[in-house]
Amino acid sequence: MKLKGRAIFEGRAQGLALVSSSPMSFYGGVNPDTGEVVERGSELAGQSVKGRVLVFPHGKGSTVGSYVLYRLAKNGAAPCAIVNAKCETIVAVGAIISEIPCVDMVDVSKIEPGVRVRIDGATVEF
Amino acid sequence: MHLTSEEEAMLAGGQGRATQKAMQILVALGKIYEAERLVRVSSVQVSGVSYKNLGDAGLEFLKGLAKDGRARVKTTLNPAGMSLTGWRSQGISSGFAEKQLEVIDAYEKLGIEISCTCTPYLAGNEPIFGQHIAWGESSAVVYANSVIGARTNREGGPSALAASLTGRTPLYGLHMRENRVPTVAVDVEAQPRVPEEFAAVGYFVGKEVKDGIPHFRGVKRATLEDLKTLSAALASSGGVAMFHIEGLTPEAALRAKGLETVTLTRKELEETRSMLNDDGSPDFVSVGCPHCSLSELATLARLLSGRRTRREFWICCSREVKRQGDEAGYSRLIEKSGAKFALDTCMVVAPVEELGFRVVATNSAKACHYLRNAGLKVRFMSLEECVAEATSGA
Repeated sequence: MKLKGRAIFEGRAQGLALVSSSPMSFYGGVNPDTGEVVERGSELAGQSVKGRVLVFPHGKGSTVGSYVLYRLAKNGAAPCAIVNAKCETIVAVGAIISEIPCVDMVDVSKIEPGVRVRIDGATVEF
Repeated sequence: MHLTSEEEAMLAGGQGRATQKAMQILVALGKIYEAERLVRVSSVQVSGVSYKNLGDAGLEFLKGLAKDGRARVKTTLNPAGMSLTGWRSQGISSGFAEKQLEVIDAYEKLGIEISCTCTPYLAGNEPIFGQHIAWGESSAVVYANSVIGARTNREGGPSALAASLTGRTPLYGLHMRENRVPTVAVDVEAQPRVPEEFAAVGYFVGKEVKDGIPHFRGVKRATLEDLKTLSAALASSGGVAMFHIEGLTPEAALRAKGLETVTLTRKELEETRSMLNDDGSPDFVSVGCPHCSLSELATLARLLSGRRTRREFWICCSREVKRQGDEAGYSRLIEKSGAKFALDTCMVVAPVEELGFRVVATNSAKACHYLRNAGLKVRFMSLEECVAEATSGA
């Protein structure tokens, strides 16, 4: 399937989908050194975002979360791409400063966990 | 979004890497919030200064920008995680201090004034009515929008920085007059009389209205200190960015019909005050969240004159207001009592929990909120009671 969204940070990437049906907090929610999701109650708790196409509705929590994405990228533990239903400031800024391809305005419920996803500009293919 | 040719050049990288990155951030935000264009800003307040929150990643990002980025408009800085000169006597570790000073160094290279205060409007960054600005620091955002009538959204650290490096911000949200109208009416039946009552009003209303714009009726008078603490409380229990007070604030005539009404009586006020109190005897007392005004220093000097502190007592304020206090003779009286000025920092952004304190007494609802999140117990009281607590026998 091919979905057309809106490019927040343009780029190309591919990887396996890691899908959260609820909003994600990076500050306090993801270990910035390893990429492991540590937020209590998160359906992704214990899994790593490293190298995955991270799919979730939108970000939440502290604006410091942008810097957590940057730290993940510096540590080689960042997702290879981010797909959102509606991107907000924290994730958008984080993706831009970390240069992680990011697309939003996509029906994220269509993306099954574990499928291979390809991102190219505003296009999401799986 | 429409960009001018100069803005296009910034985006293309013609004015350096930092400016390009900043412009990418603004364009993305403009896209997300459907701004038609960018607007020039006259003032920026940058948050994201304490190393406690930034970590090594944030520090690295700032160092990268500082290679070729420069502030294009008046830009001031939020408080740091320690006093930049007096950190040793605050009990801060040298490891933390070294990193914090590297953060400050990067901001200085970026051409940002090392003001380190959450009340820039008391320390030389003073926008006027109707100006577009880009401020981080949630309490200052509320104060600027509501009391001054300048226009800003709630910026995060990187988006405020991006505005500074380009002199622009996307035109959306509270930059547009139509988005500044109240969304909820608040009938205040119990006139708040002192700052801590204004703080309790703010804390209660913030929880009720979340990110709405409250329109207060029934508040007949308020001082700068009342409005400063009201702003901070509204932005900590909720996500408020602006309020109006009928008869007092400059845009209170903006109206919307048929608003939902919240009523606030003495009962809610008292309940909120007691809700901000945990058990335990304070081992640490701190005032100045948001940073103290000169008038608060005058009150503290009067109350502390001839007394001795028996507990650690921090008075948080900016270097600028402290300097004014020196000239007025207040600082000497305050320091003679044993109270410590905590300049450039405050009890919320300094790593207080690592300094060994357990129960904090303060006159700030905002401080209570964040200190609790950091695992400390809190006691909420008036400025006068804080002084009594700090100077009473153990």
